[in-house]
Amino acid sequence: MNNTGVIYGINGPVVYLKGNTGFKMHEMVYVGPEKLVGEVINLTKDTTTVQVYEETSGLRPGETAQATGDAISVTLGPGILTNIFDGIERPLNEIAARSGKYITRGVSVDALNTEKKWSTHITVKPGDTIFGGAIIAEVQETPAILHKSMVPPNVSGVVKSVAEDGDYTITDTIVTLTGKDGQDIPLKLAQKWPIRMPRPTAEREPGNRPLVTGQRILDTMFPIAKGGTAAIPGGFGTGKTMTQHQIAKWSDADIIIYIGCGERGNEMTQVLEEFSELVDPKTGNPLMDRTALIANTSNMPVAAREASIYTGVTLAEYYRDMGYDVAIMADSTSRWAEALRELSGRLEEMPAEEGFPAYLASRLAVFYERAGLMKNLNGTEGSVSMIGAVSPQGGDFSEPVTQNTKRFVRCFWGLDKSLAYARHFPAIHWLTSYSEYIGDLASWYNENVDEHFVEYRSRILAILNQESSLMEIVKLIGSDVLPDDQKLTLEIARVIRLGFLQQNAFHAEDTCVPLKKQFLMMDIILYLQERAKELVVKGMPMSVLKESNIFDRIVSIKYDVANNELEKFKEYRQAIDEFYQQVLEKNG
Amino acid sequence: MAIEYLGLSQIQGPLVILEGVENAFFDEIVEITVAGNEKKMGRIIEIYEDKAVIQVFESTESMSLKNTSSRLTGHPMEIPLSSDILGRTFNGIGQPIDHLGPIHAEVSRDINGLPLNPVTREYPRNYIRTGISAIDGLTTLIRGQKLPIFSGNGLPHDRLAAQIVKQASLGEDSDEKFAIVFAAMGVKYDVAEYFRNTFEESGVSDHVVMYLNLANDPVVERLITPKAALTAAEYLAFEKNMHILVVLTDMTSFAEAMREVSSSKGEIPSRKGYPGYLYSELATVYERAGLVRGVNGSVTQIPILTMPNDDITHPIPDLTGYITEGQIVLDRTMHGQGIYPPINVLPSLSRLMKDGIGEGYTREDHQAVANQLFSCYAAVGDARALASVIGEDELSALDKQYLKFGQAFEERFVGQGEEENRTILETLDLGWELLRMIPRQELDRIDTKLLDQYYDRK
Repeated sequence: MNNTGVIYGINGPVVYLKGNTGFKMHEMVYVGPEKLVGEVINLTKDTTTVQVYEETSGLRPGETAQATGDAISVTLGPGILTNIFDGIERPLNEIAARSGKYITRGVSVDALNTEKKWSTHITVKPGDTIFGGAIIAEVQETPAILHKSMVPPNVSGVVKSVAEDGDYTITDTIVTLTGKDGQDIPLKLAQKWPIRMPRPTAEREPGNRPLVTGQRILDTMFPIAKGGTAAIPGGFGTGKTMTQHQIAKWSDADIIIYIGCGERGNEMTQVLEEFSELVDPKTGNPLMDRTALIANTSNMPVAAREASIYTGVTLAEYYRDMGYDVAIMADSTSRWAEALRELSGRLEEMPAEEGFPAYLASRLAVFYERAGLMKNLNGTEGSVSMIGAVSPQGGDFSEPVTQNTKRFVRCFWGLDKSLAYARHFPAIHWLTSYSEYIGDLASWYNENVDEHFVEYRSRILAILNQESSLMEIVKLIGSDVLPDDQKLTLEIARVIRLGFLQQNAFHAEDTCVPLKKQFLMMDIILYLQERAKELVVKGMPMSVLKESNIFDRIVSIKYDVANNELEKFKEYRQAIDEFYQQVLEKNG
Repeated sequence: MAIEYLGLSQIQGPLVILEGVENAFFDEIVEITVAGNEKKMGRIIEIYEDKAVIQVFESTESMSLKNTSSRLTGHPMEIPLSSDILGRTFNGIGQPIDHLGPIHAEVSRDINGLPLNPVTREYPRNYIRTGISAIDGLTTLIRGQKLPIFSGNGLPHDRLAAQIVKQASLGEDSDEKFAIVFAAMGVKYDVAEYFRNTFEESGVSDHVVMYLNLANDPVVERLITPKAALTAAEYLAFEKNMHILVVLTDMTSFAEAMREVSSSKGEIPSRKGYPGYLYSELATVYERAGLVRGVNGSVTQIPILTMPNDDITHPIPDLTGYITEGQIVLDRTMHGQGIYPPINVLPSLSRLMKDGIGEGYTREDHQAVANQLFSCYAAVGDARALASVIGEDELSALDKQYLKFGQAFEERFVGQGEEENRTILETLDLGWELLRMIPRQELDRIDTKLLDQYYDRK
């Protein structure tokens, strides 16, 4: 029999129980007659504090709260993909089927469908000694993804009996183990895991290959490794969500977990609709087949918002354990931090900077450290990459969430308001952003794309940096007074900004660009710079060079050269040579 | 039947504490009788065993620890609803103040509402024509969207909102059932009266529901007003299949009221003294907009907020911008130049625009024209900055063209008459006309095909 407690105080999502209830920290509790889901967050001899994941309106002092004995956990098994859950893994489709257009309280639904039969192939046989993490069965979860059911990490033993291959639900016993003490351990397709505890792995490996996203400014300029962490900070309207959507759509991860944490309801609807229609270029299946969504919109209960990112990362770790590369989009971690602040305020804790609790930094660290490229317990290799949006107040990056996030991520994609105002998208600013992975990934790029890749990248960045210092002068005295070689630098920088950095998410070809084309685009821009520089050295003024439309032709390469006709770049090289000759002939 | 509790144990600002209550629940409404005759309402906002913290609507004036008797009503804050609310006027907590008698309620609804399940939402795609070029062309309003107007004191946000309401209601699909829910929070009497007159003049007043909490009305009621209004809007939209445009003014007063109540509760303040739950509270208001699958109605929100000291990074506009689907920003300098509506298009944005425009909705060149106008107007800013340093004469020929374009853009595209109702095609053609002031090779946001089709055509 589990412990029960009696409510004596209610303050928004925080509920106080009287006396020493015997509840455990982070234990899941059912509060009141409607069985609202809650979690124990504080214990004293006199009081137990519970945060409730649902609206508490209507609760009365004197009503009881019942402990469940388990920490707040999620069910892991086939059926996660293509689904949309709330912050504590309740399927929103099921809730809609039961209670209509609104999310009502106290809906008790199973996280995963317990009636659906999955065609299962058992991969162990009696007599096998297996350890935590070992794969015991395979299920084709979606056309794209083979789901591998595993022994829970803390369980091991000798296989006593196995079921035959066939159709099973997630609650059927498929394998029985004999444990160390001789007891029977039934294993099922699904298992449970507490959300606040990282799933164990064998060892962490250094990231050595990029998460290819098809976005030029990310892949070429500021790449993230598989198993890496990145933050996208930006004021409202600068394109955080758009960037996350683009990565979720086009990145070469096997699985995407998209966490809508305290954001807009319509955005989740959009992801649902778009991802069901869009086709994954690699597999030809709908993108939704590799995606699971966690939606805790801004008007849903605040405590569940706090839990949602842990729920998301636990799902991601589970698929990583199968040997997949998983990418998490967390939009937005600031809403999560604000949920912490809100709950902390209700608990009357001493506030630190800007009212955020002092443990903000350590919580962020724990979250981001769950990313990584891992050697799993079963010997496979998988990764969890994390991309967290940050919504700094007033777009000011000096606020606590951005600053603390910066300490724990290795990729920083800073979105810039003035770029967004000029509708330069993605509005990731090349001067404020950085990636610490470039060193780790250099050899991968040089081997897999081109040996000049990293060198070209540096040259492009150098031109952009030169432009920025030249612009200081231009702002004061105008560009007409600059010498021609500096004018050329400005012109080439313009070509880079418009033709390379700007990428049109709504253009069929430009929305996702293969690395090879990204490289060739850099190559052609740098070639143009070289030849134009020769002309300038020979004394040709920029005004003459600009009479040709070659600069604008290079800018529109992104639209004019399709992703599968890269041989066209040769024509552009010729065009540049012709341009060189023409200028010389005319003015030489 | 219900127990009357005599007296109170504490009164502090709008909050009173009642001890010895039995069986009260969180968020319950309490009816308080003062001195035997005056009735007030309150809401339980915190409860510890038999001690309830009650937030009193109206004011706590004339209340003493002894002269009150309180009664628990047994239900949370509800308002009566039926189709008869159309054309009626209520106070901030949903009581009729137009002397037309009580509402014969078909249903009573909890004003807190419930979050819409994201899977039952329908993604908004139909644009609403407002007849205002800066909005239709560059920050298109979509049915089911929440698009706030960020303004400042003394700027014509009320006139703009009124124009949007008038012209949107007279749009091409006027045969559909259309209504306006208007909520005023802490606004001046004149403002409320201005809106009432506008609705009457444009002949829509029998399709308007008004919830008025004026500047001199009790502050605490302000916390209820937008929720009551949105409960009415949701009822009309999702149960009566009507298209509802909700105007909420002024959200700043709503947030100020929250701060006031929070501080008298002794809560720990976060940014600028606002409570930590400001974001969640604003979200529960703004998120009550949208479309529901299988239902014909819609709720579109136009909240108005005055940015304190015109500061867009102030917590209220800042958090609002993170929740709403874009914003329309008014600008004092443009207002000073006599441009109406003084919309600063650069920080203005409509997030839902991209899916509700283009071929099949407006015209295939819409997105490209909008992007190009934004980009050119951003270049105007650079040229002006340069001109202010080196003088206009020293500018390059191109920069001079940009300056001319900038002026024409502000005067002719953004600026328009208060009665002027432009069609979307007029707006787009005007956009092209202005773009022709810039050399073609400078237009880098538009596909070559579209340029061929539109740029050279006169």
